[in-house]
Amino acid sequence: MARLTRRDFVRAGAAAATLPMLGTAARAEGKLKIGFIFLGPIGDYGWTWAHNKGREAIDAALGDKVETIYTENVPEDASAEGAIRDLCNAGCKLIFTTSYGYMDQTLKVAGEFPDVKFEHCTGFKRADNVSTYNSKFHEGRAVLGTIAGMMSKSGTLGYLGSFKVPEVVLGVNSFALSAQRKNPAATVKLVMIDSWFDPPKEAAATDTLINLGCDIVTTHTDSPAALQILEQKGLYGFGQGADMSAFAPNAHLTAIEDIWGPYYISRAQAVLDGTWVSADTWDGFKEGTVVIAPYNAAVPADVAAEADKIQAGYKDGSFNIFTGPILDQDGNEKVKAGEVMADADLAVIDWFVKGVESAS
Amino acid sequence: MRLKLEKRREPSMAMVVVTPILAVVLTMLIGIVVFDAIGIDGQRAVVDIFLTPLLASYKWQDVAVKAAPLVLIALGLSVGNRAQIWNIGAEGQYIIGALCAAGVGLSVGSGGFLIMLAMVIAGVVGGTAWAAVPAWLRLRFNVNEILSSLMLTYVALQVLGYLVGGPWKDPNGRNFPATAPLAPDQGLPILVPGTTIHLGVLVALILPFVFWAIMARSVFGYQIRVVGAAPHAARHGGFDSRNTVWASMLIGGGMAGLAGALEFSGILHKIDLGFPSGYGFTAIIVSFLGRLHPIGCLIAGIVLAVTFVGGQLAKTTVHIPDSTAGIFQAMMLFFILASDIFVRYRVRFTSSRAKPVAGE
Repeated sequence: MARLTRRDFVRAGAAAATLPMLGTAARAEGKLKIGFIFLGPIGDYGWTWAHNKGREAIDAALGDKVETIYTENVPEDASAEGAIRDLCNAGCKLIFTTSYGYMDQTLKVAGEFPDVKFEHCTGFKRADNVSTYNSKFHEGRAVLGTIAGMMSKSGTLGYLGSFKVPEVVLGVNSFALSAQRKNPAATVKLVMIDSWFDPPKEAAATDTLINLGCDIVTTHTDSPAALQILEQKGLYGFGQGADMSAFAPNAHLTAIEDIWGPYYISRAQAVLDGTWVSADTWDGFKEGTVVIAPYNAAVPADVAAEADKIQAGYKDGSFNIFTGPILDQDGNEKVKAGEVMADADLAVIDWFVKGVESAS
Repeated sequence: MRLKLEKRREPSMAMVVVTPILAVVLTMLIGIVVFDAIGIDGQRAVVDIFLTPLLASYKWQDVAVKAAPLVLIALGLSVGNRAQIWNIGAEGQYIIGALCAAGVGLSVGSGGFLIMLAMVIAGVVGGTAWAAVPAWLRLRFNVNEILSSLMLTYVALQVLGYLVGGPWKDPNGRNFPATAPLAPDQGLPILVPGTTIHLGVLVALILPFVFWAIMARSVFGYQIRVVGAAPHAARHGGFDSRNTVWASMLIGGGMAGLAGALEFSGILHKIDLGFPSGYGFTAIIVSFLGRLHPIGCLIAGIVLAVTFVGGQLAKTTVHIPDSTAGIFQAMMLFFILASDIFVRYRVRFTSSRAKPVAGE
């Protein structure tokens, strides 16, 4: 335990007084300083954990040439602006803001610091110094849906969602369509909990889905809470963002892993080389951004083979789950037979496919 | 030696001022000890949380912007708290205020002083109306206003979710649940060029003095104080307790609505699901830390804003856990409430050898 003396306080005050100068000191070293704004804690073992792995990948790949810093649990409100500005003032020249809700704040701060490059995850507004990037999580969701459709006994699947944003709608639709390819009668019960990370709420919503008759539940929220409930009940689920099998060795059939490392390294390298330009990137299986974790032993060989087929199809471009005919919840034909939805249409999707039953 | 508490004939004015300061200092000291115990550089953390936001000039704007809504809401709540009317639902009134302001701003579309004024008035009206419900319920059906006002916060959240995901969804927003942004000339003017300090900050700086004048000089202020301190005497003196309930709830709601309108038109310029960030709840702490006094609220609002801004900063520098700022705020409230005893009682050390009083 620290013994406090008056001298300690004087020293502390002096330390604080030098803080505003930190930024200048960092710039003088010649290292590229890279900052990350994280939505949850890096220990969420999901979304933020995966982004932090990407940050560590930069450190590992570029070593002495870079220095990375991060801020966790940044709310998606006005205070995000201050957090992003802090990173600029700390001397960061490349900043990753890793959630949709930081979009306008990122653009605002980017306007104030034209010499800093920004990378905003899952947004759509760009500027000369603001890029956007995202991952085609829904491709992974097609693999999970295939497995769920083949393994579910009740044909009633659960989807634990966060917000009704296109990314989540895509995930739900991809999951439902894939399950219905294997079991045309499959339905997906959907619950939105209005949060990306809220373990108690995630657990409660999972209970609700189980009570509604779901025997396999997939989550679009960031913690392993749902999996732990499924493990207790002897049911199945999937990891989100990262391999979560450690939390639910029996329930965890597989997981969509978000692999941000290669993209992060390439963007950091581009800044080092002076070749960074604002761009919009939406990668998936093909580019290695979406990866499926090892299958659980409970996944039968024929199911695993089908799941592998979907992955291979995405990698060679021969498969796309959003191929017509696709009907919406009310049975209206949204995509004609043989037509494939364009990325631009996927990015703004706001309707659910037939067989999705939203509880709210 | 033993401790003895002696009731003071009159509350100690010195203690009223000293104990809040003591509460802050004690919180800092305990913070250092606890952080060191869990392996975080305690001094650095506490310095970053409490001092850096005040010393580093680039953090001042964050503190100002964060403090403004806290001060405004706390001012309104203090009126009610003095009269022992407990409005716990300021968060909901804040949300509805912002939504009303947004409704006006978005439907008119054009800018100018009159529109800004209309937005702010709409915010005040909205917050007042939302607070009128628990006031009416209390007077008509004797419903506890603590419960009804708190529960209406959750209703407000649902209203927000419905509007931004439905009728008010930005047509150019790629189906993300958020309103369209305000036109550039609709936002409140920025007072200090190059910062985010908007007109609302000035309002939050002036209103405490207005409230002070009203509470100290007017019959109304006297009524509020008497009703709170001695309800029976108040009734005897002809003060209508119904009027007091109405007035304190409506003022609390109006100020929360004002804060919401200013936050929307001053800094965020759009409303999405991340808009509610707990100002309405934190303002309850501000109100008590400020001793229910308007100027106290101003100071306490700044102190709490400092802990928010500093907490965010310390999350980047020494990676303190996310809940730290909240724990510190709670600790301050705890100390301030606990130290109330020194206001009403005097601590005396008495020698145990002292002659026992007859009958002891």
